[in-house]
Amino acid sequence: MRDTALLALDAARTFGAAYADVRVGQSRDRAITTKSGKVGQIGAAESTGAGIRVIADGSWGFAATDDLSKEALERAAKLAVAIARSGALAKKADVQLAPERGYQAVWTSPCEIDPFSIPVDEQVALLLKVDNELKRNPDVTLTESSLVFNRTRQVFVSTLGSVIDQTRTTSGAGFAAYCFKDGEIQKRSYPNSFGGQYQLKGYELVRELDLMGAAPRIAEEAAALHAADQCPQGEFPLILDGSQLGLQIHESIGHPIELDRVLGSEANYAGMSFLTLDQVDALRYGSDIVNVVCDATLQHGPGLGTFAFDDEGVPAQSVPIITHGQFRGYMSSRETAAAIGLPHSNGTMRADGWSHIPLIRMTNVSLLPGAQSLDEVFDVPHGVYMETNKSWSIDDKRYNFQFGCEIAWEIRNGKRVRMLKNPSYSGISTEFWNSCEAIANRDHWVLWGVPNCGKGQPEQVMGTGHGASPSRFRNIKIGSAYAG
Amino acid sequence: MPAERIFEVARKAALARGVRDVELLVGETEDALTRFANNAIHQNVADRQTHASLRVAIDRRTARVTTNRLDDASIERAVDQAVEIARCLEPDPDLPDLFEPEPIEPVERYHAPTAGCTPEQRARVVAEAIRIVESAGQTAAGIFSTGSSVETILNTRGVAATHRESMTRFSITAMAADSSGWAKASATSLDAFDPAALARRASVKAARSAEPRELEPGKYTVILEPAAVSDLVGQMFADFSGTAIEDQRSFLTGRLGEKLFGSNIHVTDDVRHPLQAGAPFDGEGVPRRLLKLIDAGVPTEVAWSRQTAGRNKTRPTGHGYPVPNELGEAPQNIVIHGGDSTLDRMIASTGRGILVTRLWYIREVDPFEKIMTGMTRDGTFLIEDGRVVCGVRNFRFNQSLIEMLNNVEAMSATERVSAEEAIDMTAPAMKAHEFNFTEVTRF
Repeated sequence: MRDTALLALDAARTFGAAYADVRVGQSRDRAITTKSGKVGQIGAAESTGAGIRVIADGSWGFAATDDLSKEALERAAKLAVAIARSGALAKKADVQLAPERGYQAVWTSPCEIDPFSIPVDEQVALLLKVDNELKRNPDVTLTESSLVFNRTRQVFVSTLGSVIDQTRTTSGAGFAAYCFKDGEIQKRSYPNSFGGQYQLKGYELVRELDLMGAAPRIAEEAAALHAADQCPQGEFPLILDGSQLGLQIHESIGHPIELDRVLGSEANYAGMSFLTLDQVDALRYGSDIVNVVCDATLQHGPGLGTFAFDDEGVPAQSVPIITHGQFRGYMSSRETAAAIGLPHSNGTMRADGWSHIPLIRMTNVSLLPGAQSLDEVFDVPHGVYMETNKSWSIDDKRYNFQFGCEIAWEIRNGKRVRMLKNPSYSGISTEFWNSCEAIANRDHWVLWGVPNCGKGQPEQVMGTGHGASPSRFRNIKIGSAYAG
Repeated sequence: MPAERIFEVARKAALARGVRDVELLVGETEDALTRFANNAIHQNVADRQTHASLRVAIDRRTARVTTNRLDDASIERAVDQAVEIARCLEPDPDLPDLFEPEPIEPVERYHAPTAGCTPEQRARVVAEAIRIVESAGQTAAGIFSTGSSVETILNTRGVAATHRESMTRFSITAMAADSSGWAKASATSLDAFDPAALARRASVKAARSAEPRELEPGKYTVILEPAAVSDLVGQMFADFSGTAIEDQRSFLTGRLGEKLFGSNIHVTDDVRHPLQAGAPFDGEGVPRRLLKLIDAGVPTEVAWSRQTAGRNKTRPTGHGYPVPNELGEAPQNIVIHGGDSTLDRMIASTGRGILVTRLWYIREVDPFEKIMTGMTRDGTFLIEDGRVVCGVRNFRFNQSLIEMLNNVEAMSATERVSAEEAIDMTAPAMKAHEFNFTEVTRF
C-alpha cells in the first residue's frame, strides 16, 4: 500500500501538483441483522482504492480510483491535476494551508478480540437468542438486532514527507423491539437507537453490552408504552440520558463548530452556523458547568472519532470548545485554519473512505463529566426524564432544534412516578446549554457512537463520538411535536 | 464488459464447491462534482469505481459478499466467503429460488455528452452561475455534477439484465445579507435544464426574501413548491412496502383500500415515466411494473419483493432490494400526479399564506399518524391578498402527512424534482390549508 501511495504521489508531482496527498485504503466489513427470529442481512464486503488530492494553479483537485495499476494511478493523478486547473475559471484566491510537518508513523487502534475471528454462526446465534428473548413478550410485534464490524487500514502520504499507516477497528451492536397496537407504533432500542452502540473496539464491545441481559426490560417497556400517558406540553426541568445528550451535543454543538460551515463551504447543503467568527471568546454558549472538548486522542476513549492522525496528516488533538460555558473555538482544517489566521489545524479532517475528500468532521465532541451524583441530577420537585432518541431535527444554522425520545418518565421529588409516551422537547441551542444545571459525574459518563452523520456533496457518512452523562436542564419546552 | 467475466469466474468457483446457484450484481460508476462556495470553486472531485456483489444460494440458505477487487483470485475468495457464511445458516423455507428470467423492456437513459462532461465544461457553467448571483450583490454556493453508471445483474438461472444511465445535477444557493434563495435540478441529460436560469431563480428568491419578518407560529395555508412537496410527501413512500406492512411498521397497516387522503391525490410508481431515471429491474432482476400507489386518495397498491410476495400469495412488483435484506422493497420511481393550477394562480388565490421553497432536516415524529417535523429554508415568503409581500423567518413544522394530503386545494402540473430530503421524483406544487407551523427560528 505504501508503494502504491508513493507511486501516485510521484505522478501527481510530475503532472504539476504544488501540493499532493494520497490515501490508499483497504476496508473490510461484516454486517449481520436479524428480524423477528430470522436472519435479515448477512454478508461481508471489502473495498480497496486510492484517492489523490492535489493543489495545482492554486486550486484543489481530487480523483479516486479502485484500479491500483501504475497506469490507472497515473491517469487518476493526471485527472486530479486537470480538475484542479479547471478551478482557475472560478477562483477568487489561491488555496493557502496552515503549516504542518511531515510524519512517519504506524498506528493500530486497540482491539482485544478481533471481531472477524469470531465465527459468523456464533454471531448469528447471539442475535437470534436476543431476538427470541424479546419475542417472549407476547405484545412485541417486531424485533430487530444487528452486529456490524469494520476494519480499515489506510496509508497516507503527502508531499510534506508524511507516510502514515493507520488501522482502525470499529464494532457496533444493538437491538430494538416494536409494538403495534390500536393504531399506534411504539419502539424501544438498546443501548441506543440507530442500531445500538458503536465504538473503536473489537468484539469486546459486544460482550460488554450484555444484550441478553437488557432484552426483557426493553421488550416490557415497548409494550408498556401503549398504556402510558401522553407526555404533557409545557415548560419543565428536563433530564436527558447520556445517549440522547450525545445526539444533542452532536447537533447543537458539534455541527455549529465546524469551521468550514462557518466560512460558507456547506451553505448549499448542510448549511451554515450561528457561530460567526466574532463569537469566539465572547459567546456564553452554556452555563458555568458546561465544558466541551473535541478530542480525537486515545486518552479520551475508544470513540468513533479516535485516531492518531487526521486525513490530511495532522496529529490527533484535544481541543477546548466550551470552557465553563465560554465558547473557545472551532474544529479546523489546514485551509480553514489559515483562512482565519490560526497557527495550525486542530486535526479534524476526515473522509469516509478512499474515494472521497476529507472534510471537517466531528471527532469525539464530548460534554465532560460534572460533579453531581445521579440522585442529585434527578433531584427536582417536578420534571421529566427522557431516554433514547426517536427523532431529531435542527435548522440549517443550528439555532432551533426539536428532538423526540422513545420513552420518558415524570419525576416527582427525584423519583420516577409515571411512564410517558411520545416525549419531545425543543429550543434554541445556546439557551438550552445555558440552562444546564446538573451533570452527572464520571461514573455515569459513556462515549457514545453516532454512526450515520451526513455531510458534504457528494454526501459522506461518518461515525462520530460523543461522551456524555445524564444531565438536567431547567425550563425546557416539552411536547411541541404533538402540539396542534 | 467486466460483469460477464466476473460471473463466469464466480460460477465456476461456486460449482467447484458444489454450489449451482449464483447471482452477481455489478455496479460501475464514474462521477465528477464541481462544488462552489463564496463565489469560487472550492472542492472539485471525480471518482471511478466498479464493485461486484455476489450471492450464493444453497438449500434455502443465502449470503452476499461484495468486493471491488475484480481479479480471478479475489472473486474466488469472495465465493468462498459467501459459501462459508451461507452454509452456517439455518435454512429459510421462505427463501425463493433464484429468479428465472422474464423479458425486460430497456429504457434509454444514457446521454454521452453528460457522461463525458469535462472539468472545464463544468467550471464554465459554474463561473456563469456565480457571475449571475455575484452581479446581484449576493454570494453563491452549490454543485454541478455529471457522470454515468452501469448496473448489471446475472444469475445461473439465466437472468442477464443491464442498464446504463447518465446523470447530472445542478444546485445553487444565493445568499444575501439576511436572506437566501435556492434552486436545483437533475436529469439524465445536460440539455434538460438551464443552470443559468436556476441561478437567476435562486438570486431572485434571495432578493425577495430580504429583511424577513417574524410571524407567529400557527396554522397557515401553505403553497409548497415542488421541491418542498417532494421533500415532505416523499417521506411516506418507504411505507408502501409489503414487508413494512407485514412488519406492522407501515402507516398503511390495516389501512390499504381505505380512503386516507383527499380525492385529488393520485400517486404512481412508474419507472418508464419520461421524467424518471433508474433501472427497469430490481435487485433480483425482476422487471419493475407500474404501481398505483394512491388512487383518488385511496392507497391501493404497494411494492412486493419476491420473498414477501410469496408469503402473501401475490405477485412481485420488481421493487425488491438485493437479497438478503430485512427491508424487502420500496417504490423507486414516484410520480405524484398534479392538477391544472399554476404556482402563480395558487398565489393569486391566497388571502393569507406562506410560500415555501424547500424544507430541511425532516424526521418522523409519529410513524402511524405520519407526523413529520422539519424546517423551512432558503426562501420562505408571506402571501397576502394574492401576492408575495415579503420574506419571513423560517418555521419549524409538525405536520401529519395524512392530514395534509386531505387539505390540498390546488396543484400545478407535475415536474421532475431533485431536492435533498427524498429521492428524486416527479411532483407538483401544492396549496394546502391548516399546515401546522409550531415554532419560528432566528433567521
